[in-house]
Amino acid sequence: MRSFSENPATIAVLDLQGGVEEHLDHLYRVGVEARAVKRVSEFESLAGLIIPGGESTCLARLLDIFHLKEAIVREFQRGLKLWGTCAGAILLARENRGDRAHLGLIDVSIARNAFGAQTESFICQARVPKVATETLPLTFIRAPKITSVGAGVDVLLTIDDYIAAAEDERVLVTVFHPELTPSLAFHRYFAKKCGLVAGHDQGDERLETAWTPTSWMQAANSP
Amino acid sequence: MTESRYQLNAQLAQMLKGGVIMDVVNPDQARIAEEAGAVAVMALERVPADIRKEGGVARMSDPAMVKEIKETVTIPVMAKARIGHLVEAQILEALKIDYVDESEVLTPADDECHIDKRKFNVPFVCGARNLGEALRRVAEGAAMIRTKGEAGTGNVVEAVRHMRTMTREINQLVSMPDEEVMSFVKANGIPYDLALEVKKLGRLPVVNFAAGGIATPADAALMMQLGCDGVFVGSGIFKSEDPKKRARAIVEATAYFNDPNKLLKASMGLGEPMQGLEIDTIPQEKLLAGRGW
Repeated sequence: MRSFSENPATIAVLDLQGGVEEHLDHLYRVGVEARAVKRVSEFESLAGLIIPGGESTCLARLLDIFHLKEAIVREFQRGLKLWGTCAGAILLARENRGDRAHLGLIDVSIARNAFGAQTESFICQARVPKVATETLPLTFIRAPKITSVGAGVDVLLTIDDYIAAAEDERVLVTVFHPELTPSLAFHRYFAKKCGLVAGHDQGDERLETAWTPTSWMQAANSP
Repeated sequence: MTESRYQLNAQLAQMLKGGVIMDVVNPDQARIAEEAGAVAVMALERVPADIRKEGGVARMSDPAMVKEIKETVTIPVMAKARIGHLVEAQILEALKIDYVDESEVLTPADDECHIDKRKFNVPFVCGARNLGEALRRVAEGAAMIRTKGEAGTGNVVEAVRHMRTMTREINQLVSMPDEEVMSFVKANGIPYDLALEVKKLGRLPVVNFAAGGIATPADAALMMQLGCDGVFVGSGIFKSEDPKKRARAIVEATAYFNDPNKLLKASMGLGEPMQGLEIDTIPQEKLLAGRGW
């Protein structure tokens, strides 16, 4: 992992379990400072925090017992921007259907594992006009569904009968995994939301040709 | 299996990284595992320690029992098929299990061939003792690898040996001049194309978990420090005195594997661990890790 720095232009990835390196790799490609965080002291002075995919029950338990929940809420109140993918979206939702809510920082209702077993996981393409003009590849892995959003929450993408991406001023949630695709569009979008110059022109939405499904392994090895 | 399906399956394993997968034999245990923070459960009728003790032919578990566990938890559910038993795997796929473990813990159904895992949509995890074995399984379509260790012993020494062996062989490959690769793969039974990929990546091309003999939080953290992406705990939890406590502690130790203070806390007051077995006291024909070709 990159060296610890108190740089307010940093986006961190919650490093307890799940797709941590995948997000770091995308953030490096976007050109922002990025690092993994897992201790209370590391959450200060961040511009943004990504809660990655993984298992929400595991992440929720670790957040609770290691007092990271309080740290995240405290920094959120100071202006920290948040993005949850898949399990991360479950943790951020105000209502977690069939279970208790966790962080509850965005007014959406979410249903866990709403597609069934792994053989129902899928890839599709969709346009998300607010994020990119080009069609984006989307990866759903045992994904949840956002079933409704409250006032003040913008729906970014609806597919069939469910909401796949939504945001309010400070929180972004996606039930799919942009970090598992060659598209950097969502990471660039989140970097902008965090007020960071993403190092690319607004119109640059081409797929990252250098990305491969094993690119995360390089982020795992980086100093 | 299409390439994009394989990718999705490898990516599910990526989402399990840093987590603990626990063996469970009934819905109650599955619930305890999920509440403790397991990222998945392995549903089976007998944990390896009991298979070892009771002997006889160990087969795929009753699908009714696996189904019941599947209905109890929302985390992924895995189940074991015998090495080479493609029909057991087909049944588990029809059951919509999330991952099939083609496992040496069960009695092999084929003493020459493993399952052609590329023919399935369901993902497979397979055990390995060294780089050649791991990459042969990947070539057959495994989307995730684990060390074999010596299941049901509560003794981590074999898992350590297997992980160190893989890492040593990967390091050899990485530092080797290109012209030496062909004889290295020949000597070690490694598929050539995958050897080149490993040489480039400096690690296995799929997620690699530790398994076989992990019984304590310290064991789990040890395997993580040796470079594993996560851990399987088989008999180690529900054969211990206080499974709930131990399950939680192993989850914490796996997440904070590099933090001795948190490991200290996680290791305290867990009650008796499962009783362990010295590997040297096990007759050769009862060792499970040698199963697999």
